[in-house]
Amino acid sequence: MQEKNRGLALFTLLVFVFLLGPLVIISFTSFEPGTVLKFPPEGFSWRWYENIFEVKMFMKTFGTSMFVSLVGNLLALLLGVPAAYALSRFQFKGKGLLNAVFISPVLIPGIVMGFAMLKYVIITYNLPIYAGLLIGHTVIMLPFIIRVVASSLSNFDFAIEEASLSLGAGKVETFFKVVLPNIRSGIIAAILIAFLESFNNVDISVFMTGPGVSTLPIQMLTYVENNFDPTIAALSVLLMIITAILMFIIERMMGLSYFTKRS
Amino acid sequence: MKNKGIYLLLLPGVLFLTLFLVIPIVMTIASTFYQEGSFTIQGYFTFLTDPYNLKILWTTLRVSLVTTIACILLGFPAAYYISKLGPRKKGILLALAIFPLLTSSVVRSFSWMIILGKKGLLNSSLLSFGLIEKPLEILYTPTAMMIGLIHLFLPLIIITLVGVMENIDPDLLKAAESLGASKFTAFRQVILPLSMPGLIIGSILVFVGSLTAYTTPALLGGKQGVISTFLYQNAITLNDWHMASVIATIMIVITFVVIGLMNKIATKLNPKG
Repeated sequence: MQEKNRGLALFTLLVFVFLLGPLVIISFTSFEPGTVLKFPPEGFSWRWYENIFEVKMFMKTFGTSMFVSLVGNLLALLLGVPAAYALSRFQFKGKGLLNAVFISPVLIPGIVMGFAMLKYVIITYNLPIYAGLLIGHTVIMLPFIIRVVASSLSNFDFAIEEASLSLGAGKVETFFKVVLPNIRSGIIAAILIAFLESFNNVDISVFMTGPGVSTLPIQMLTYVENNFDPTIAALSVLLMIITAILMFIIERMMGLSYFTKRS
Repeated sequence: MKNKGIYLLLLPGVLFLTLFLVIPIVMTIASTFYQEGSFTIQGYFTFLTDPYNLKILWTTLRVSLVTTIACILLGFPAAYYISKLGPRKKGILLALAIFPLLTSSVVRSFSWMIILGKKGLLNSSLLSFGLIEKPLEILYTPTAMMIGLIHLFLPLIIITLVGVMENIDPDLLKAAESLGASKFTAFRQVILPLSMPGLIIGSILVFVGSLTAYTTPALLGGKQGVISTFLYQNAITLNDWHMASVIATIMIVITFVVIGLMNKIATKLNPKG
């Protein structure tokens, strides 16, 4: 048993070296003083971190990404929270079909969604790219909001809601004063998970670029195609730090079991 | 009256998705059957008879299949090990697996460009150890794509399997062994069948994810196209929207066939669940 466990432990260690090694390497190379990415780096310098702030397109697309992910998040909350509430609280006709509609953005390939939206939303309605990005990102965030909020509602005791109603509070008042505070951490986790999903999105955003309009991941893709200096490595480190912080908050809010449950 | 209220809560979301997702997808599929005002399936005929396109389709399937098998072979033992750990260690390892999953795919693919490039870490190490004479050409090949995709999807199968395996009662394994089953037999007869639902869901996620991934093939695959980069190329670079719609429809069909097929296998293996 010991023997076998040791072999298995070593195997698992190697799997994690494979998973995390590249991210460690990218972090080291970001401090390279020279102009070419190298591992190990030949010295230590912050110059490529400074360079991030000097490349105007990075700053601009970061702003676009933040705007789209935050405003889209708000829209997805407004659409998703009532839906999640209805889906987990009531039994009604057509529930299966509606569930399928709400889950569809996860099932349809992202690249297909991006193309279809470009063709039949942006071009058909002659919308500005910005509006298209906002709509597209709201669509991809919606299933995550619904799933996380619904799973949080499944732990909520609806008897408390009944009590509030029977004591004379209105339905809306009860929702905001009783239900919402009880699923607060679930809502925060939903916001953060959806934010990461949107902020990192490539498949949809790649179809929605225009003169001067693009998101940060798309700008990074374009940059990598033409440059191989350590700027992207430095930017990657900053993004990983943000990711780690958000993940830490998600863990505090609802644990990590959300990620291991899939069905 | 009560029902009306429920549908009112659902209406905004449903309307939004119908308008901006369902209708565009249906229109995209429908558009492939019409060209210049008349019904046609010429687009599919053109796509499926061109050897270049078939090669792209074949590469996509081959890369996805290898990626899925590799993820199972690497992920299953690791997940089994993690599921047996105490809550603290398990939590840490799960967090370490989830972190890359939440990290931008651009960052993760880019890290492999540093490693696999002509002057990358792998080549410079192999050269300095004298194991190779000249740099290996890995970056911008299907092999690079596979490595990038395995890296992308391995955490997904690990955490899915851990989620299923941690619910397996350890007493079952002890019971099997006390009844005379060897360790291997006990594993094969107890752990493997009980992990099957997780394995199937995980495999669907990895296989479908690999089939439709865009960033990793775009960065690591070079000129070697897969179906998703081919869709982008047709839509944006070549401006052939009819062909792009045909490819989009083929991708949807493949995705749903794979999911349906796997679900069928799942119910067959586990008729009670």
